Amino acid sequence: MASNDSERADDRIPAAIKILIAGGFGAGKTTLVGAVSEIAPLSTEEVMTEASMGVDDLSGVEAKTTTTVALDFGRISINDDLVLYLFGTPGQERFWFMWEELALGALGAVVLADTRRLETCFPSVDFFERRGVPFVVAVNCFEGAHHYTEGEVREALSLADRVPVLLCDARRRESDKAVLLALVRHVAESMATPV
Amino acid sequence: MSEQHDLGLDSDATGPLVRPYVMTQGRQRGDAVQLDMISVVIAARAEVDEMALEPEQVRILQLCRRAQSVAEVSAHLDVPVAVVKVLLGDLIGRGYVLARAPYTTQSPVSRDILQAVLDGIQRL
Repeated sequence: MASNDSERADDRIPAAIKILIAGGFGAGKTTLVGAVSEIAPLSTEEVMTEASMGVDDLSGVEAKTTTTVALDFGRISINDDLVLYLFGTPGQERFWFMWEELALGALGAVVLADTRRLETCFPSVDFFERRGVPFVVAVNCFEGAHHYTEGEVREALSLADRVPVLLCDARRRESDKAVLLALVRHVAESMATPV
Repeated sequence: MSEQHDLGLDSDATGPLVRPYVMTQGRQRGDAVQLDMISVVIAARAEVDEMALEPEQVRILQLCRRAQSVAEVSAHLDVPVAVVKVLLGDLIGRGYVLARAPYTTQSPVSRDILQAVLDGIQRL
């Protein structure tokens, strides 16, 4: 088969877009990704090097530490020309440097709130607010957990009125679809009325 | 560089601009290929001189018969994203792989794209 070097990349290659799924550890990020992804969720590792300062007395030797961050992600083929990736963000605060790259160019984010530990999603909400990344808050209603109302969650997280809050069950595809649709509509509204 | 002046963007504020298409055949220096985690890559040719490549690169080319993201290649190979980017950058520089940069908010997403995403999610 003869290759055609003059062929344009965009004739054959779909472009990708990403949505981030954030929230505290155990909030259901991977569950949500798995429920809507067309592939079994994949896991990849990013090795990051950080200069570590002021921790050990190394007498002027510049120490570096490497950190491995695992990322779970899934894929939804939108059409022949577009693929949507859903990335579960690392839950721990010390991986925020990773979020910077992840957040760059993201269409938007879903912050999954765990009603048993509502405070664990504070860092995610802060991060996306500061970065100007449009997001929705989805309250994952675990069985047996206290069920807050949308208003109670909004107040607890001090959310702006424009930020949508939804109740969901991350295990159910239909529920996750509703969350993602709310996010994309919110992104569209954010574009129409720049803040 | 200088050719970006007329874009009217403050590159300090927006970060480096990602070219919409990363082309091959030396049109861009191999080291300069800016791959994102969700850049989509595909093998450019059917014939491959396997002797001229690292085993990991041969595996990458096999994976890339189907278009997929850098992150997927990384996951399937069980090799960190940063390493896969270097291997792919080399393959792109040598014309074995084509890549397409992702949509980013630096290049605002159109209504058509948003509508396509809505329709795609609805169809799930």
